[in-house]
Amino acid sequence: MTRRVAITGVGVLAPGGIGVKEFWGLLSEGRTATRLITFFDPSPFRSRVAAEIDFYPEMHGLTPQQVRRMDRAAQLAVVATGEAMADSGMEFAGLDPARLGVTIGTAVGATTGLEEEYRVVSDDGRLHLVDHRYTAPHLYGYLVPSSFAAEVAWRAGAEGPVSVVSTGCTSGLDAVGYAAGLIREGSADVMIAGAADAPISPITLACFDAIKATTPRNDDPGHASRPFDASRNGFVLGEGSAVFVLEELEAARRRGANVYAEIAGFATRCNAFHMTGLRPDGAEMAEAIRVALAEARTNAEDVDYVNAHGSGTKQNDRHETAAFKRSLGAHAYRTPVSSIKSMIGHSLGAIGSLEIAASVLAIRNDVVPPTANLHTPDPECDLDYVPLTAREWRTDTVLTVGSGFGGFQSAMVLRDPDVAA
Amino acid sequence: MSAVVTGIGVTSPNGLGTEAYWAATCRGESGIGEVRRFDASRYPARLAGEVPGFVPEEHVPSRLLPQTDHMTRLALTAADWALADAGFAPGDVPAYAAGVVTASSAGGFEFGQRELRNLWSKGGRYVSAYQSFAWFYAVNTGQTSIRHGLKGPSGVVVSDGAGGLDAIAQARRQLRNGSRLILSGGVDGSICPWGWVAQMAGGGLSTGADPATAYLPFDARAAGYVPGEGGAILVVEEAESARARGARHVYGEIAGYAATFDPQQGTGREPGLRRAIELALKDAGAAPDEVDVVFADAAGIPELDGVEAGAIRAVFGPGGVPVTAPKTMTGRLYAGAGSLDVAAALLAIRDGRIPPTVNVVPEPAYGLDLVVGGPREAAVRTALVVARGHGGFNSALVVRAAA
Repeated sequence: MTRRVAITGVGVLAPGGIGVKEFWGLLSEGRTATRLITFFDPSPFRSRVAAEIDFYPEMHGLTPQQVRRMDRAAQLAVVATGEAMADSGMEFAGLDPARLGVTIGTAVGATTGLEEEYRVVSDDGRLHLVDHRYTAPHLYGYLVPSSFAAEVAWRAGAEGPVSVVSTGCTSGLDAVGYAAGLIREGSADVMIAGAADAPISPITLACFDAIKATTPRNDDPGHASRPFDASRNGFVLGEGSAVFVLEELEAARRRGANVYAEIAGFATRCNAFHMTGLRPDGAEMAEAIRVALAEARTNAEDVDYVNAHGSGTKQNDRHETAAFKRSLGAHAYRTPVSSIKSMIGHSLGAIGSLEIAASVLAIRNDVVPPTANLHTPDPECDLDYVPLTAREWRTDTVLTVGSGFGGFQSAMVLRDPDVAA
Repeated sequence: MSAVVTGIGVTSPNGLGTEAYWAATCRGESGIGEVRRFDASRYPARLAGEVPGFVPEEHVPSRLLPQTDHMTRLALTAADWALADAGFAPGDVPAYAAGVVTASSAGGFEFGQRELRNLWSKGGRYVSAYQSFAWFYAVNTGQTSIRHGLKGPSGVVVSDGAGGLDAIAQARRQLRNGSRLILSGGVDGSICPWGWVAQMAGGGLSTGADPATAYLPFDARAAGYVPGEGGAILVVEEAESARARGARHVYGEIAGYAATFDPQQGTGREPGLRRAIELALKDAGAAPDEVDVVFADAAGIPELDGVEAGAIRAVFGPGGVPVTAPKTMTGRLYAGAGSLDVAAALLAIRDGRIPPTVNVVPEPAYGLDLVVGGPREAAVRTALVVARGHGGFNSALVVRAAA
């Protein structure tokens, strides 16, 4: 008997929406949280917009020592973990800790904390032989981002399998897929799974400037993220975390848990093509979608909503549109497709988990979030991208996808478990 | 379904290439010495295990040189050698049935230091166009996948020093899900000034100046570890598929695995390592007395050595199994450590020879049968490999001679 995996708790910290309710409010109202960068002076950079969270860790119960030793991304993950645990209604104290595990996704780990510490020990780049006498004691935890998973494990009391999954911009999908696999194979009964990134820092801006991946639309920051629009010219950097409580479906039903969705299928493939480039045909993402649908025993026609990667770069949105047509056939034209990155930006490794959160809330509410800022269709992107306004729509089965540097292409099928497959 | 290893590629501080590494390891030759990649004389820790004689131009295509960190060049080289050793040719299995799962700990830190310096000393436009991916944790998987056209399920795990085993376990999972070949393991290295001070911040680096006494796990003199670079990449294949394509050799089977996490400090409860070992043996269907050798994590820090010795004693009895730590000749390779020890365990099975632990005078209180003073000839059919990561990560993996 195959063990099935349910999502029974959700915690979200997103730009413009700390908490599930606020996050869904932003998405369902089609508001945007992108703005001119406030964390530091962005004037030296080509792209100066981002989706920032107004996050005060002490207000979320982190102690001064936790704040000191954790990078911002780890702080976001730990707070989201606490929210997900509370939301699940599970008695964590009564669990066997050996059967509780953690998988946290992150693309760039503690890059913000690392840059801050680098500036100190190198005296703003003056020293090649950096000065160890200025090293912060928690620097090792920044060096190796498995510290994020350790922090979450301590928060949750987990003593089963614990790790970080770091596959660039598909990390947030891959971490949850990895965790679901551990429950399915019996290595754990409950998993805390999700992702976090907080990459809004000068080095991140500089490296995306260098390849013109981020948008230079600095004169209209609230409308800078324009997935699928003809005027799109790059993504908007974001930050955030979403964390879930996953458990075996029958156990969840026995305890009367509030089941958001079943993780019915998951697959990841590589394009084996280029570290940052995409072939326009979308073949590898289409293959990941096909395999995820097959694992879910779902036909393309049963997909009610496609939560797109939709980063807003020229090549991504074309690539992805081609992948949907290739994998879903004519149904690609009939099913709503949208990108929440239009509202909360692209938080690298975290976004895949934030998109899972948006997907399960779409199932819960029978509402599809819109693609904001989509005014001028691109003839090469000719699907139904739900422009500007959310849509009431019977949503039982969602396909959510990710694509990232390194060539990773991932797809997950989420389904209302009360609806017969 | 059985997951077997059909190819090994090694870049180790005591040997570049699998056979060079294995010969040096069996002879007890250490690759630990003064740091050469930068001037470490001003730092309290000055010793490392650096891969000798590695000339990137000889191993990595020139167009990849500007976009790769040193550790990625080592990883690409190990991956090339693993596939060549396996006699694998593109097209031997469908592209979507072959993937890459690696472990990383710190990414391409040397590359990252250079670009951070460019940013802060000169300005944003001096940052390399390759910075967006050359330093990040997924780089070795991505570059390897591209180089060999492997489009199957791929991944990257980060669990500090435990990662090398976690990656191989994930490779086995992907084979169970229907893939036929996964290139897997860990290659790591952040021996640059910025990586060095970050490693020192962990508190475990040895400040010893003598390579012969700086890293002494399970010795009463233990006072920290020496870090190293490199690791091993393995070709992990579904056994039937390997046979069908006529794999040149089968080193052994990935028979069992488990990972646990320690209780939070202050609870006073037993660390998770013993449980990881027991679960891995159970997963392999192996009784403790079937295990012929344990490749220890060998932290070189008294408290952690004590925990590991206690776990081994609890499972196997005092002196109940030969224990060895060839990493006394390489230093600790972070994500590279677990997969390099799996390579050593498979070679021990092949040759009936347990490599030694060098320099160590075993502390009797640990109650371990530590293999010291030279290699030990012994029929090895089943080996246990243990790896741990900073913060409480424990992984254990069992390899067994192929049926």
